[in-house]
Amino acid sequence: MEIHEYQAKEILSGFGVNTLPGGLAYSPEQAVYRAKEIGGEVWVVKAQIHSGARGKAGGIKVCKTDDEIWEAADELLGKRLITHQTGPAGKVVHRLYIEAGCAIEREIYLAFVLDRAAERVSVVASAEGGMEIEEIARVRPQSIVRCAIEPAVGMQEFQAREIAFALKLPPSMVSQAVTTFMGCYRAFRDLDATMVEINPLVVTKDNRLIALDAKMSFDDNALFRHPNIAELRDKSQEDPREMQAADRGLSYVGLDGNIGCMINGAGLAMASMDMIKLAGGEPANFLDIGGGANPERVAKAFRLVLSDQKVEAMLVNIFAGINRCDWVAEGIIQALQKIEMKVPLVVRLSGTNVEAGRKMIKESGLPIIGAETLAEAAEKVVAAWKKHTGRA
Amino acid sequence: MAILLDKNSRVIVQGFTGQIGTFHANDMIKYGTNVVGGVTPGKGGTTHLDRPVFNTVKDAVREVGANASIIFVPAPYAADSIMEAADAGIRYCVAITDGIPAQDMIRVKRYMRRYKEANRMRLTGPNCAGSISPGKCMMGIMPGHIYMEGDVGIVGRSGTLGYEAASQMKALGIGVSTSIGIGGDPINGSSFKDVIELFEQDPETRMMVMIGEIGGPQEVEAAKFVKENCKKPVVAYIAGLTAPKGRRMGHAGAIISAYGESAAEKVEVLKECGVHVSPTPADTGKTVAEVRKKYGI
Repeated sequence: MEIHEYQAKEILSGFGVNTLPGGLAYSPEQAVYRAKEIGGEVWVVKAQIHSGARGKAGGIKVCKTDDEIWEAADELLGKRLITHQTGPAGKVVHRLYIEAGCAIEREIYLAFVLDRAAERVSVVASAEGGMEIEEIARVRPQSIVRCAIEPAVGMQEFQAREIAFALKLPPSMVSQAVTTFMGCYRAFRDLDATMVEINPLVVTKDNRLIALDAKMSFDDNALFRHPNIAELRDKSQEDPREMQAADRGLSYVGLDGNIGCMINGAGLAMASMDMIKLAGGEPANFLDIGGGANPERVAKAFRLVLSDQKVEAMLVNIFAGINRCDWVAEGIIQALQKIEMKVPLVVRLSGTNVEAGRKMIKESGLPIIGAETLAEAAEKVVAAWKKHTGRA
Repeated sequence: MAILLDKNSRVIVQGFTGQIGTFHANDMIKYGTNVVGGVTPGKGGTTHLDRPVFNTVKDAVREVGANASIIFVPAPYAADSIMEAADAGIRYCVAITDGIPAQDMIRVKRYMRRYKEANRMRLTGPNCAGSISPGKCMMGIMPGHIYMEGDVGIVGRSGTLGYEAASQMKALGIGVSTSIGIGGDPINGSSFKDVIELFEQDPETRMMVMIGEIGGPQEVEAAKFVKENCKKPVVAYIAGLTAPKGRRMGHAGAIISAYGESAAEKVEVLKECGVHVSPTPADTGKTVAEVRKKYGI
């Protein structure tokens, strides 16, 4: 789960990370009022969406007067920002964060990540902040400092000091840096984060170390023990269809193609999508209906896939281990009794109780194209799609 | 022989008396697995599925000589159960549970290192379909009948895609020595490399199939290991050619978050390392057959 910049800053400042004074605004009037509360001469109006690279997309505006703040807020609220992280659909701005300005001496990149190779939490930092880490890795790979943290004892101060010196911070700022790094680590560990990214972490002209931006992601599997983090979820930033699926215990990812998919198992789902592509089609979605899928759940998954207007053909591919093919068949039949199927449907069943499942589908009299193997299923659905839409 | 599990495995089920544990324990018993009991704290001294229930794994080890364990304990408590098994002297543990927090798994991995390598439990999973040595022992939730006895070792992240490979092979008359599911989580008990190393040493395994996917470094690590250490041929398939970057595809670990983690990039490294890559998931069985012919297996 992802949260907004202002939420991440609030959490991190509770762990000793310095941030600038700021406040949330839902309207231009409120934005101007917040700036007055904060005081000073320069403010930054920042669009709160779940994406990085907001600056390049015009989502961050430096303002010097009330009028400028009002105009910036008016322009940003309700606007759909498109960054390379949001995809072409972009994300709508519903909240603004108004923050005090500061005089920047230099920018640092700092992140704590779940390091899959080391099987630990690792720090990734670079004195070349302000760029994204991918760009730093390409342009200045030698500037990247890494440090894996021993899970039994957690981050030690000497590690934080080593990073601070490697980032060429002046000795007078090292203790501030140690507090910042240790704070980020504690936040990561205590709250089951999967990432804490501060980019940039800035050194100000008056020698303060400040998190100018902050991004945190959390382990969905651990939200059960962090209800206060789970509460920060902003559903307006999520794809409505994916959200609906997640609330029903289904795993769905919307894509750009026309062939809807309903599959059991994440691996088989990805493999079926690959097969559709190789057969000359494009998948409209990833959907794993999971292990113990009963007829009701299958029916729900069915409606979910067909609710995507782009879907012009559909593939159901079930290799039943925990699932039973007769249950899946029953689910499909139930769903089709309630939904008017306007696109061709290919169903491939395999595994436990396959004969019973295939027989039920056949005897239902429904217009279902059967397939026995994965290759046959992919070829048939792409052929049916081409025939249905008249594309060759 | 096979690896990790065979006729000598004396299996207990942690989370024995729960609905899921009961259902799959029954299937495993029917398959012929030597299930010697189970553990459900607080129900020790009772009998379930005609087998004794224990309060602790240590009790099960002492009373019925358990040396293998399969875990169906719910995600919030699963890490604790794995560590309990490791401490009780269980040799091989399969964690089926999906949804264990990543930091719990970091803790489990760190905890297991406190035992000398000779006494250290081998863990596969979590978030997997389990393992099977056909005709000998099944510790998992797979349909056992799709696996034919044979000499191909399978290791994969995905359960259903593993079924797909095994059934394609069976259709061509090719059998399996052992199939190991390492699971779809970002931090797992054993990596592809760990399992391939065991298959390389197993006299009953003559070749291997590795079923990987997008995300994480383990497929590439395994490919480099194969290039330097393996005499037995390896066939591989990597799922997720169409998966977009930065989106989680079902499995917690199936997300392209760094350079080299896409399916295309992994396939390229695998090929460079001499691994025989199946062009599509539907050709895995056929690719295995071709490699067998080429190597005279």
